[in-house]
Amino acid sequence: MNYIAQRLLTFPIILFGVSVVVFLAIRLVPGDAITAMLGTEAGLLTDAQRASLAAYFGIDQPWIIQYGRWIAGLFHGDLGVSVTYGKPVLEVILSRFPLTLELSILAMVVGLAVGIPAGVFAATRNGRASDLVVRIIAMLGQSTPSFVLALLLILILSMGFGELPAMGNFIPLTVDPIGNILQMLLPAVVLGFAFAASVTRITRSSMLDVLNDDYVRTARSKGAPARDVIWRHALPNALIPVVTLSGLEFGYLLGGAVIVEQIFALPGVGRLTLEAITQRDYALVEGAVLFVALNFMVLNLLVDLAYAVLDPRVRLGRSR
Amino acid sequence: MRLLRAIASHPSGRIGGVIILVYLLLALASAVGLVPHDPIAQDRINRLHAPDATYWMGTDLFGRDVLSRLMVGIRQSFIVAFCSVAIASLAGTLIGLLSAWWGSWWDASLMRLMDILLAFPAILLALLVVAVFGPGTVTSIIAIAIVYTPIFARVARGPALSLKSREFVEAARTFGSSESYILTRHLLLNLVAPLTVQVTLALAWALLTEAALSFLGLGTQPPDPSLGLMLSDSKNLMETAPWLMIFPGLTVMFGILGFNLFGDALRDIVDPRSLTRQA
Repeated sequence: MNYIAQRLLTFPIILFGVSVVVFLAIRLVPGDAITAMLGTEAGLLTDAQRASLAAYFGIDQPWIIQYGRWIAGLFHGDLGVSVTYGKPVLEVILSRFPLTLELSILAMVVGLAVGIPAGVFAATRNGRASDLVVRIIAMLGQSTPSFVLALLLILILSMGFGELPAMGNFIPLTVDPIGNILQMLLPAVVLGFAFAASVTRITRSSMLDVLNDDYVRTARSKGAPARDVIWRHALPNALIPVVTLSGLEFGYLLGGAVIVEQIFALPGVGRLTLEAITQRDYALVEGAVLFVALNFMVLNLLVDLAYAVLDPRVRLGRSR
Repeated sequence: MRLLRAIASHPSGRIGGVIILVYLLLALASAVGLVPHDPIAQDRINRLHAPDATYWMGTDLFGRDVLSRLMVGIRQSFIVAFCSVAIASLAGTLIGLLSAWWGSWWDASLMRLMDILLAFPAILLALLVVAVFGPGTVTSIIAIAIVYTPIFARVARGPALSLKSREFVEAARTFGSSESYILTRHLLLNLVAPLTVQVTLALAWALLTEAALSFLGLGTQPPDPSLGLMLSDSKNLMETAPWLMIFPGLTVMFGILGFNLFGDALRDIVDPRSLTRQA
């Protein structure tokens, strides 16, 4: 069976498994939706009140029935109601998603715009001091957690320029595009920096592989200009692993950069998930986790398919 | 011994090794009580004291010594990182190995199970585990272990699968070696190299995740010091007491850097193909 077909066939199986894990994980939490909503006051409920609330939340049924109802609801876009927001879960998630999407795209742009040229630069100067400097910066970038970098940048801005990034009231893109971009810039740089570091490393090592290939040597020996050889002959092939990496990274970013959104007080999906967990809003946790996992899976699938298209060896199932 | 020499002659390995060693010594010193001050004792008169000869890295809002707290924090991070990676590597290797050995539907179902875990972004899976078990040190260990188990399973399964069909394994079977003997002697021993690389890189990631979870208030709980918590507490005091942020920040960063460098060096040594990419 070829690789693409196999990948497409297992997708629904994995998705089913993911839904079971999310469902069961939340059912393992001590206490139920009633105690989550009412806290200690749940102890004051009469048996009849408790039973009617249990029927309302659907938790009076066996797990298998609850799961069936939950899945049936999913197909209608019904993920339940968030206790903290008093709104449908899907509505809450979708209201937060544009911000996360925008932040992810900006971070990808920063990462690729810095990482690819830096990787090519280092590869073409393999072994020289400038290569070493790029590699050290990339290594540091990969080892710096986003929250450390975020705090350091805020510190530098506030100490050096007496300027604090605009935080607190979030300005949506549709209301004030310039204010919005200014607000998103620093978080995007923080997220993009670590990604740029990975892109640099991968671009560098795959460029070095490609530069040793026969077809590059042929291009050189027929007298193609050095710049053409690097950017037109070598780079497109060297970028295949970068495509994979970018797809995976985009999947991660769409899951919400929990910590960066938290530090910069951005109301995205990541912060929503974190709030849902700390508020014990389980319907929202379920919905948000499933939403993010689905995004992540779809992007992973697209990456694999893109990879198969770009590299025939994978498509024909020879290298796996 | 030969491996140690190879690491020592590799520049990244040398730097990474020294960093890890220093951190281990600091963690050990704090474990036997060799810290400059009591990490929890509050010196109210010297609150937010800038770094000087008495308090090398200054004091925090409660007048607690930052250096001592940092040392205990490193120990805390290392305990979480080493325990979680130990669990993940044992469980993952066992799953990967048995999956490859038994084959057929065992292989299919075990690996699909691993795929399900891999379908979650790592930090999200960790958050989900915290949601179930409640915040704390043990939860951090479980969370990181669950995230990393499928990765080890994959790393172990691939090579085990190809080893399984090699002649020496066939030969061992013909000689009547028991299954467990073949699994441990022939398969596991040959997996040590790729697994070691993965362990080092997993440790870097575990350090990062432990700090991240504590930073979010979901890991180690106060008053126990942890690097993530110290960073999170420093947020509002950044301008008056930047040392509260700078020292824990750099400590987290260099810890991760140490394991990343060491892992890179190991990969080069274990997989000589990647050496050609080096200078």
